Parts: sequence; C-alpha cells; structure tokens
Amino acid sequence: MYVAVKGGETAIAHSLDLLADKRRGDRGIAEVSLDQIDQQLGLAVDRVMTEGSCYDRALAALAIKQARGDLVEAIFLLRAYRTTLPRFGDTEPLDTSRMVAERRISSTFKDVPGGQVLGPTYDYTHRLLDFSLAAAAERPEAPTAPADTATALPRVGDILEREGMLEPAPEPMAGDTQDLTRQPLVLPAARPVRLQNLARGDEGFLLALAYSTQRGYGNNHPFVGEIRFGSVPVSFVPEELGFAIELAEIDVTECDMVNQFAGSHDVPPQFTRGYGLAFGHAERKAMAMALVDRALRAEELSEAATSPAQDEEFVLAHSDNVEASGFVQHLKLPHYVDFQSELVIVRALRAEVEARNQQAALCQAAE
Amino acid sequence: MSPSIDRETDTPARRQRWLSLLAKAPPGRLEALWSGIGQVPDYAMLRRPEIGLVMVKGRISGSGAPFCAGEMTVTRAAVRLQSGQIGIGYVGGRRPRQAEIVAAIDALGHLPEWHETIEAKVVTPLAAEAEARRRLVAAKAAATKVDFFTVAREAGS
Repeated sequence: MYVAVKGGETAIAHSLDLLADKRRGDRGIAEVSLDQIDQQLGLAVDRVMTEGSCYDRALAALAIKQARGDLVEAIFLLRAYRTTLPRFGDTEPLDTSRMVAERRISSTFKDVPGGQVLGPTYDYTHRLLDFSLAAAAERPEAPTAPADTATALPRVGDILEREGMLEPAPEPMAGDTQDLTRQPLVLPAARPVRLQNLARGDEGFLLALAYSTQRGYGNNHPFVGEIRFGSVPVSFVPEELGFAIELAEIDVTECDMVNQFAGSHDVPPQFTRGYGLAFGHAERKAMAMALVDRALRAEELSEAATSPAQDEEFVLAHSDNVEASGFVQHLKLPHYVDFQSELVIVRALRAEVEARNQQAALCQAAE
Repeated sequence: MSPSIDRETDTPARRQRWLSLLAKAPPGRLEALWSGIGQVPDYAMLRRPEIGLVMVKGRISGSGAPFCAGEMTVTRAAVRLQSGQIGIGYVGGRRPRQAEIVAAIDALGHLPEWHETIEAKVVTPLAAEAEARRRLVAAKAAATKVDFFTVAREAGS
C-alpha cells in the first residue's frame, strides 16, 4: 500500500524561520559583519575557500555567517553558488617563486637561502587561552625590519634538484589538464587529478590519513622541504586580448614535502616529493595534502600499497566533505516506506521462528 | 613607457601593465581615482559587467606539471567610446563597477592624448600604493626572520 505523506510544508517554513532566528541570536548583541569575519576569522574563510574550491573572501565570509560558523555547511553553500557562474577560462599556472612571502620555513636546511621567515604562526604560542582577547582593546601593529623585496625566494626543492638528490618535479603531460568539475573522477587517476581532488578534500579526513602514514600505515619518512605562505599574482589570458594580464593577487600556502626513497634498478637513490597547495593560510591542510599525495604514489614508486592512505580509490572517493556530508545526512530524510518493508520482513521471519518453536514444543510434549 | 610612443608598438606592453595594475586596485580605490580625472568621453556598454569564474592552476612542486587548484571569481566588462575605441576590463572578485572603469580606461588608452593624464592620475598612484603595501608585508615578515647564531665551543682547553 502506498500512502502519500503531506503536511510538512508549514513545519518546514517555520523551521527555516527558527533557523534564521537562531542565526541572529540575542538581538541585544551586535550582528557580525562580513568584513569582521574576513578580517578576524580569516583562517575560517581560508578553509571555506580552499574546500569550497572558490577564491572569494567575501563569498566565503557570507557562507560562514549563513552557516552559523559550520564550516562544512559553508563549504557546501560556496560549492552550490559556484555552479551558478559561467567559466571564463583557465589561468596561467601560479608561479609561487614570485610570492611575496609572509612566512617561509624549511626543516631540511637551517641556512636556507632567503632564511627561515616565521611569519604569523601558532607554532610558537603556548596554546594557553589569552584572556586579554576577551575584551576589545587597542592592538599594536607588528614590528618591521628592512626587507629585500627585489629578489625572489629560491625554492628549497630546486636547490636539492640541481644536486640530483631530489627527483625533478613532473613534466607537464600532453593535452589539457583534466578538471574534476568538468569530467568525473576515473581511476586510476593521473597525479594532477589526484591533487585537484586533495586540494578540495576535507582537511580532517586528509589530516587523519596523513597521520596514519606517520604512524606506520604507509610510512614514507617525510621532511618539510619547504612551506611558504603569501600572495601571488594570478595571470589570465582573456581571449579578447590575447596576452596575459594579472587579475588579482591571492594568498596561497604551499608545502613541498621531501621523502625517502631507496632507489630502484632504473633510478639511483634520491629523495621523492609530495606536494600540497591551499588557498589562504592553511598549513595543516597543505602538509596533509602533501603527505597523502606522496602516499598515493606508492604504485608509481614500486612500493607495496597496503595501507588506506595508499589506496587511491579509498582516498579519492571519500575525501570530499560535500559528498560525504550529503550521503551521511540523507539518512535523516523520510525512509518510512523502506523501513515499513523491512518491518514486514522481520515480522514474518519472527512469526516463522515462533511457529517452528511451537511445533517443536508440541512434538516434545507428544513423545 | 612614454605616452608619445606610436600606438602600434606601445599597445600590448602598456595595456598589459595598465590592465594588471587597474585590476589589482583595492575595492573603491579605482573609483576614487577615476572620479578625479575630470570629464571623460561618453562610452557605451558593449558587455555589461558579468561575474564568472576562472580555474586557477598550480604546478606540482611549484614548477612541474599543472593541475587545477580551485576556482576564483572574476568580473569582466567591455565598453566602446563614441569614437569607436573598445576597452576590455577583467578584475578578480565580484566587482562590476571596477570592471567597467577598467574597460573605460582601457578604451581611453587607445587615444594617445589620454595617456599622460591616466598614467599620472591613476596608474602611477596605484603602482606606488601597491609597492607600499608589498613593502609593508615584506617588512613585517622580515622582522620574523630567524637570525641564527652558533655558540662556538672553546677549542681544546
């Protein structure tokens, strides 16, 4: 029997009203502005742009406000919005050697050319709650020091590469770079496709996988070759112009991870690499991405792929938090009919068992 | 780039520099400079400001094969002066008014008599401000540069 279920409309409308009411909270407290979210919750904005896979600080701030700070929900909102926009084309690849770096560190060389620039980092905080932040106050500007803005920061990878100690960065492949927003994921996936998937992937998921490799599930003995964060120009060639112009400067975080490799018949021993790139300042994400990128190269480097982080299908099919969240949360939708049918089956099975037991009892009594 | 240079040879490099600086102007700044250059010729919209996306590419390990890193929002517009010159504007983010002004300035750039005014009143200030912002960021970062010193062990004593 099929029973149409109606009557939820008013309840849904009122639920949306209640959601908006809760979003605003206590009316006696000032409403948060998008500029405040952008400026003072900037790392949340960065995460939403990275996993929402759309660089637009104001849109990400709006998504965070609308989602009441639920970043995975905000990422969903941003992904949904981007589908409404036309695509003008592809940019020229970012040249991160042109970065105006706010931070640049290497854990492989102390005296790396260009120096260890700590920048704004939580690494040296004591993780003690700072109660002075509970009250508004004048905050001083950061100190400055003479800077060399003329020379580009050399990449640590390039230095090792020149010595032959580090595998070279992979050459471009023939044809257009595959784009997961245009073509579905097909396995096995080329490394650029895997990197796009990881760049959009959930930070928590990638962090756990990266951690698992460090704990022995596919260990690849990593060092931070280099992490840099800062702004880089975005070059684009509009078809009407036929030459490149810079559209904007965007903040990105880059991690080039250096990993051990024993060598093979064809390749002398050299270090291998994993790469991570994220919008904004997102070191944990970029590092996790680089570790998982390296783990996923197991087959290419003739390593035994025995751990989850090395399993391409497992990683790439479960990294997207919009898909994951949707599929887990769809369980909240009415499954009344599915459940009815299962109820009928279980009742029938139970009746059968009961009948059999009664029959057995009768037989026993008759003996 | 001198404004008196022949248009044929001048155009691509100058346009590229102008368009890049104009696109990267902070919100509201270009509008302020634009309104300060006085009476400008009328123009018609060829393409109303339109918001869209570009796919930002990265390179593996910074220098290798390209991959799709994620998209960014972009606004574009095109205008035509009454005298026929066409201007194109592309700016990062959702900034319809800025894209329109960039397109208008690009169109005026085809008229050599406008070069000096735009260079002096719009492009030069934007370039100077961008350089000042860049220097401030670099100077704040430089203050966090580690100055290693090693403690020499006293030899053999």
